[in-house]
Amino acid sequence: MSGVDLSVKIGSLVLQNPVMLASGTVGYGNEISEYTDLSKIGGIVTKSVSLHPRKGNPPTRITETASGMLNAIGLANVGLEEFIKTKIPFLKNLDSTLICNIAASSIEEYVECTKALDSEETVKAFEINVSCPNVKDGGLIFGNDVNNVRKITAKVRAVTNKPIIIKLSPNTASIKDFAQAAKDEGADAVSAINTLVGTAFDIYTKKPKIKNITGGLSGPAIKPVALAKVLEISRNVDIPIIGIGGIMNWKDAVEFMICGATAIQLGTVNFINPNASEEIIEGLKNYCLETNLSKISDLTGSYLI
Amino acid sequence: MIEKNAIVKSVEEIQKGIFILKVESELSALEATPGQFCNIKVDDSLTPLLRRPFSICDVEGNIISFQFNIVGEGTKILSQKKKGDILNIIGPLGVGFNYSGNYENAIIIAGGIGAAPFPFLIEKIPNNKNIISFCGGRTKNDIISYKLKNVITSTDDGSEGFHGNVVELLESEIHKYDKAKTKIFACGPNPMLRALSKFTIENGYECEISTESVMACGFGICQGCNVEGVHSDRFLLVCKDGPVFNAEDVKL
Repeated sequence: MSGVDLSVKIGSLVLQNPVMLASGTVGYGNEISEYTDLSKIGGIVTKSVSLHPRKGNPPTRITETASGMLNAIGLANVGLEEFIKTKIPFLKNLDSTLICNIAASSIEEYVECTKALDSEETVKAFEINVSCPNVKDGGLIFGNDVNNVRKITAKVRAVTNKPIIIKLSPNTASIKDFAQAAKDEGADAVSAINTLVGTAFDIYTKKPKIKNITGGLSGPAIKPVALAKVLEISRNVDIPIIGIGGIMNWKDAVEFMICGATAIQLGTVNFINPNASEEIIEGLKNYCLETNLSKISDLTGSYLI
Repeated sequence: MIEKNAIVKSVEEIQKGIFILKVESELSALEATPGQFCNIKVDDSLTPLLRRPFSICDVEGNIISFQFNIVGEGTKILSQKKKGDILNIIGPLGVGFNYSGNYENAIIIAGGIGAAPFPFLIEKIPNNKNIISFCGGRTKNDIISYKLKNVITSTDDGSEGFHGNVVELLESEIHKYDKAKTKIFACGPNPMLRALSKFTIENGYECEISTESVMACGFGICQGCNVEGVHSDRFLLVCKDGPVFNAEDVKL
């Protein structure tokens, strides 16, 4: 049996395989394309774009923690106009499925960005970031209020027919309520999880190790939390889930799919092994062969509890 | 910019706490420029998770050297590597020194482990230039002059050479060199680079500084190693826009 079907479906969006690159960990694709063949992956989610350029947070922005890292980049990005003018043309030539991540500090800004990008043929879907923990004016403020997530989803839904993915925060008591709200308002999928709020201090200077004081924890340290959140959504809400959180290898990816993920995103691992996506796709294919799975989509939510 | 499994040839403690790691890595070595760095995964485990960036210290054929001191877990593991061990290295990365030009005097300013990129630079600077190396440290044990030329030292405690920091040493010596024919290359801790940049900018010396920062990826995607630019409304990245900058272009 050589023909394993690795394709997965998120709403009307068909991905050639479930391995995507997470927003904010691969910029706009140009740097990582020197290390990995982006035409082989399921999709690339670009760095959050906001209506206006954002300079981001001052240094120090990152610090390493046990099996993880904290970051507070602060959504540094070139802004919508520059994104359309200079980044889209490069992304067009990538031969990869492009999903555009949008961040905003008001509901109107989410709508405006989505509207402006809707006519870009290269953009195949939107991921709406309602969960960045590192900016004061937006992000998590929306992501922690289920009514805001409801409103944003509805308003964005009204201006595009392309698939909408709502990126959810784990920094909340009941992630399933947010997934349900997204579904009710017409989102095609949710991605879970964004980073967990954390901090680290220098014991001699007694100062925080990152300037923003708190940052988003990512990496293998958060994988068990992410899996639990994916499972929670999977057991309660009928919506495709894109699993994210500390995936380092194909085994982690399989674990997420078993817990309910239709596709997965790689984040922190890109910094360490920029070719991880290709290796994980290969690993998934071999796992399917090994376990006599003809379609990888059958793995999704196959947990036995 | 390639990823390679390099073979460890040796790890030598050249003075207390200072190590030279030599690895064999053909392709990377051939295309490297002085001042560039490599991002090294010290082992396969999840702790430490991230790669560690190191300046390229020297290149001899297909052997690349790195000079480092023990700062934390990563460098400790690296110091214990044995001949034949495999290291996954990404590099060479970043923008290195621009050592071409009409200057006659190349003045090197090295603060402690900031001496790391200079053996390779000295190797590449054309033979007709006059090279002087100013090396500073807190005490005489912190002075590193491995493979440097015409070394003049300073220590904060006066235990060796000039009593004071390396920038004060430079200020006391620089009158010996024609400003228009002098270029300064520096690497060291941020307070040193800050003081040096102030001096070179105020006095109109050409000066390039090699900066360092915490970083994750080393090639521009994590955006973690930002530094304030002088002429730019965005932050510069140490890994991609640097690590070597003109002194007047960055605010440390």
